[in-house]
Amino acid sequence: MTPTIELAGLEVRLGSRLILDNLTCSLSGRTIGLLGPNGAGKSTLINTLLGFHPPNRGTARILGHDIRTGLDRVRSLVGFMPENDSFIANMTAVAFIRMMAELSGLPREAALERAHEALFYVGLGEARYRKLGTYSLGMKQLAKLAQAIVHGPKLVILDEPTNGLDPPARQRMVRMIREMKETGDLRIVLCSHLLRDVEEACEEVLILKQGRIVHYSNLETERKANLRFVEIETHGDDGGFIEALEGLGCECAIAGDRRLKMVLSEGIEIQDIYRVAESRRVQLRKLNYRRDTLEDIFLKAMETTNGRS
Amino acid sequence: MAVHKRSYRAYEGALTPRWSRFLILTRYAAKGVFQSRIITGLFVISFFYPLLMIAGLYLNHNTQVLSMLKLASDQILVINGTFFLVLMTVQAAFAFLMTAFIGPNMIAPDLANNALPLYFCRPLSRTEYVTGRACVIFFVLSFITWIPGLLIFAIEGTLSGPAWAWDHRNFAFGIFIGSVLWLLLLTLIALAISAWVRWKLIAGALLLAVMFASSGFATAVNEILRVKAGFYLDPANLIAAIWARFFDVPIHTEMSITGAYAGIAVICGFCVLLLSRKIRAFEVVK
Repeated sequence: MTPTIELAGLEVRLGSRLILDNLTCSLSGRTIGLLGPNGAGKSTLINTLLGFHPPNRGTARILGHDIRTGLDRVRSLVGFMPENDSFIANMTAVAFIRMMAELSGLPREAALERAHEALFYVGLGEARYRKLGTYSLGMKQLAKLAQAIVHGPKLVILDEPTNGLDPPARQRMVRMIREMKETGDLRIVLCSHLLRDVEEACEEVLILKQGRIVHYSNLETERKANLRFVEIETHGDDGGFIEALEGLGCECAIAGDRRLKMVLSEGIEIQDIYRVAESRRVQLRKLNYRRDTLEDIFLKAMETTNGRS
Repeated sequence: MAVHKRSYRAYEGALTPRWSRFLILTRYAAKGVFQSRIITGLFVISFFYPLLMIAGLYLNHNTQVLSMLKLASDQILVINGTFFLVLMTVQAAFAFLMTAFIGPNMIAPDLANNALPLYFCRPLSRTEYVTGRACVIFFVLSFITWIPGLLIFAIEGTLSGPAWAWDHRNFAFGIFIGSVLWLLLLTLIALAISAWVRWKLIAGALLLAVMFASSGFATAVNEILRVKAGFYLDPANLIAAIWARFFDVPIHTEMSITGAYAGIAVICGFCVLLLSRKIRAFEVVK
């Protein structure tokens, strides 16, 4: 599969300030989360990928197209939902979305049809003839999403899509992002400071700090790996419980009084632990999977002083 | 109510040619222009003078009416360079007024609503964006400047015969070239102001101020420095000099025709520079 984003020694300066410093990575996931504290360079990276800021050194490829030489192609394949309010206040939603579709190259009739479809899809069907200036903040977010997907792009870049949304609207937005990922050949880059949004919607995460990549994580792999780490608390005499588990090939470590951490070996499931506990007459008071949340990953990444490129 | 699919699907159909997409901006902006009653009213009024002149031309060549009124043919209208200079000056003034109303609507709303990233994340360059916007002003103003000018020239040519038209072909060139240059100047100045001033009312007022101030400034420079070069700072004078040359009418400003063209090029270049600094997807705060 063609990587969604490939960065090769990408460096961007704005004036004399170095904003992106020698970024190199290849991201192939269907949904990629872009994380980082304020000023990490997330928005500059997005703007560079869209050709708004020319790279000073290195290059980037979107879906196999170089942003230096194939910017037009890149822009025709990408849909962009900016962070800030971006619309024309005195246009109706349907006219605005249609114009955006036409600017992406759709003929007039197709653009009109897809504008209606996109507005219905994001849930603005009933309000599509209202002027955008009269929309609430949440509705404006949805209208921005509609304009980003109206031309049927291969990649949608969403910059803080849940900004200003109330919890139900946020959930709906995240659900929509997940649905978009699952339907059709669409890839998504989600830039958000809300770790929960990224965790719920993304497969891969790239964490930036001070213009450098400090962590890359494949959340799918992490989730699978998390299922192999188990924390157990027993009650009473362990009766050789640890030895029995080690006999199954699991790695065990005592984490305190009657507390045990273990890594399940290949082929061993949770039911096997229960069986061993029953045979050794050990009471299991607690059994948890280790849950290394995105927040843990993010905080660990932020502790890293020197980013890796 | 129409039933629309509520799932995401990619678009696989045909695309419009890349070169023609800037005209989409023109089309949408033109729709907006005539939603204003003031602009529509002004547009209609701007046809009165050319229509009056067409009527005058008709009477000029209608022997029955002339004999009835006991007038000679050149007693109604004298068709010479001055006639066309006055015609184009009147129409140029209307074009200027129209620009003051149309111009601020072109870029200012996009900047005020932060819409530029949405345009430029699509296959649309900054040049195409400006061209698309400029075309609106240019097309609308064409209908009140060189199109009626050439129409009147053609009517007079038809009524007076091909020999008149051939002998006075310079008038036709003057109508077209002078108008196009005037429209180019107005368009670029209006767009530059619209790009730098986000409030439409202030942008319109500023356009009026720029044109009147430049005239006053030109006069002040001439008076203070006791020179004639100040006229080159006034766009209206530059066009007047070009028209005067084409229509073979003497002017008081003593401007060289090359200097007039150079002055227009400098003003246009300055406006393009202003536009290039402002028309960006994102402003970089240094």
